[in-house]
Amino acid sequence: MWQFVDDRSDQIVYNTLQHANLVVQAVLFAALVGVALAVVVVWVPRLETLANAVSAIGLTIPAFALVGLLLPLLGIGAFTAFWAVAFYAVFPVLRNAVVGLRGVDPTLLESARGMGMGPVAVLLRVRLPLAWPVIHAGLRVSMQMSMGVAAIAAYVNGPGLGGYIFTGITQIGGANAVNYAVVGTVGVVVVALLADLLLLLLGRLTVSKGIRA
Amino acid sequence: MTTDQPEVSGAEIALENVTKRYPGQKAAAVDGLTLTIPAGEIVMFVGPSGCGKTTSLKMINRLIEPSSGTIRIGGQDVRQQGENELRRQVGYVIQGGSLFPHMTVAKNIALVPKLLGWDADRIEQRVVDLLDLVGLDPAKYRGRYPRELSGGQQQRVGVARGLAADPPVILMDEPFGAVDPITRQRLQDELLSIQRELRKTIVCVTHDIDEAIKLGDRILILREGAEVAQYDTPENVLAAPADDFVSDFVGSGSTLKQLSLARVSSIELADRPTAWVGESTGEVVARAEAEGHDAVVVLDDRGRPLGWPWLRQLRGHDRVPSYDAEKLNTLDSRATLNDALDTMLTSSHGAAVVTGDRDQYLGVISFEAVTDHMRQLEREAAAHGE
Repeated sequence: MWQFVDDRSDQIVYNTLQHANLVVQAVLFAALVGVALAVVVVWVPRLETLANAVSAIGLTIPAFALVGLLLPLLGIGAFTAFWAVAFYAVFPVLRNAVVGLRGVDPTLLESARGMGMGPVAVLLRVRLPLAWPVIHAGLRVSMQMSMGVAAIAAYVNGPGLGGYIFTGITQIGGANAVNYAVVGTVGVVVVALLADLLLLLLGRLTVSKGIRA
Repeated sequence: MTTDQPEVSGAEIALENVTKRYPGQKAAAVDGLTLTIPAGEIVMFVGPSGCGKTTSLKMINRLIEPSSGTIRIGGQDVRQQGENELRRQVGYVIQGGSLFPHMTVAKNIALVPKLLGWDADRIEQRVVDLLDLVGLDPAKYRGRYPRELSGGQQQRVGVARGLAADPPVILMDEPFGAVDPITRQRLQDELLSIQRELRKTIVCVTHDIDEAIKLGDRILILREGAEVAQYDTPENVLAAPADDFVSDFVGSGSTLKQLSLARVSSIELADRPTAWVGESTGEVVARAEAEGHDAVVVLDDRGRPLGWPWLRQLRGHDRVPSYDAEKLNTLDSRATLNDALDTMLTSSHGAAVVTGDRDQYLGVISFEAVTDHMRQLEREAAAHGE
């Protein structure tokens, strides 16, 4: 096993970084989209049921099936992998952002308006900062989930550690099959833990001391 | 009351035939309210719940838009400027202070000045001044978050935030509804003390008639649909209620109610020995005993009372220690005799320490002085009745 890792260490490190890179980009994109959608949903309350339904249905689509559906549309490669990961990553952020933005005490919002803040100022200075701990929690869920989805995206030749897992599956019974699968899985877990740690740190730095749990 | 009144910094508010009708409701929430609120006065809106008092208040800063009618502040129609510009010139204080929990005390207070584009130094100075004005030590409290403050402190910051941009008009919606009675009384006293200095136009909604009598230069009593039942000074409302609705609402005009009208300042205060923090205890004790007293009022370097220890409590110290002013229930000289009795009940001295502007020590009011005053009131009332 160590021999296996040692022989391929450069490649493993490269793929690990690629995996992290894919997930971080996709989650970042999803976070922006998720929060933006949530803002719209909160402003137009009629959309909330729709948003919840879409979130629920979206998350039930198996990742493998989605990759299969995207394949004929987008071809194979990193681009398709990005969209597959981003698709799932949006939902936890969207859901939490709607809950968080909606959960802000209405008297605070009225107080903000009463002090002469326009809608944009109310959103940026009051609503988003107060909802941020909840959005941040959604971001963490999204990041964790995306680590696994990104592994499946290797099916369309996406970058990252998923390739090892697929190689392990296809070579089952072969000499290095288990090694491949273990390296891929452990790699994903390690990247996921590190990413979560960084997100925790980000939370420490960005959630106001006045509302930290 | 003081004779040299500071300049009025408030502006007159005039409501003219203001109506608010909500779609789908038969009766108007506010039906043709016409009212002039003189500059520099505190006007209390009272009435049963659902009478339209809060709606009327919120129409002044356009949080609710009237269906018809005009509202003028300082002669200018409130619809002539953008609603956000208007609101930055009208202080708004609501129940509990409604501070933004993710911002420090300083940031909360600085909000409106920032929206108005003041420069950082001016904002900084303003925050310090305001915290001082509402009786919170700026060095200690400016960096705190709202959840690190007591309810009364939060409300004080709320008042400071409402005053931040020095608006001529301040609207208050049940400002002291969320705190315990002793704190409420203190906050009311502080508001009166601040108002004595600033002379803003303050419109305050309350459901508590005693609060209205105490704080108001005038009281507006409303019934359903914001119909004016009576609009007059507290003295006149108590002495001559316009109709049964008003007298029911006010309650019987007994001597006890009169206690809500009489201020501590109308009674001669007793002198008590005082001591400064850090003074030698031996001298203080000797001085107090020479005057025949067994307690001293401890003052800080700015003449604000901190504590009222018995001499036996001081004897254990070389120097007069500092006390936590939060634990001493003081009375503002504009507090009512009703408040004075309340405060005395919580004090082991059977008396209460009275303060003036900026919490300066004035003297002590004793239980006997209040009861004497009550007897005199009764005698006067009896003489009047004959």
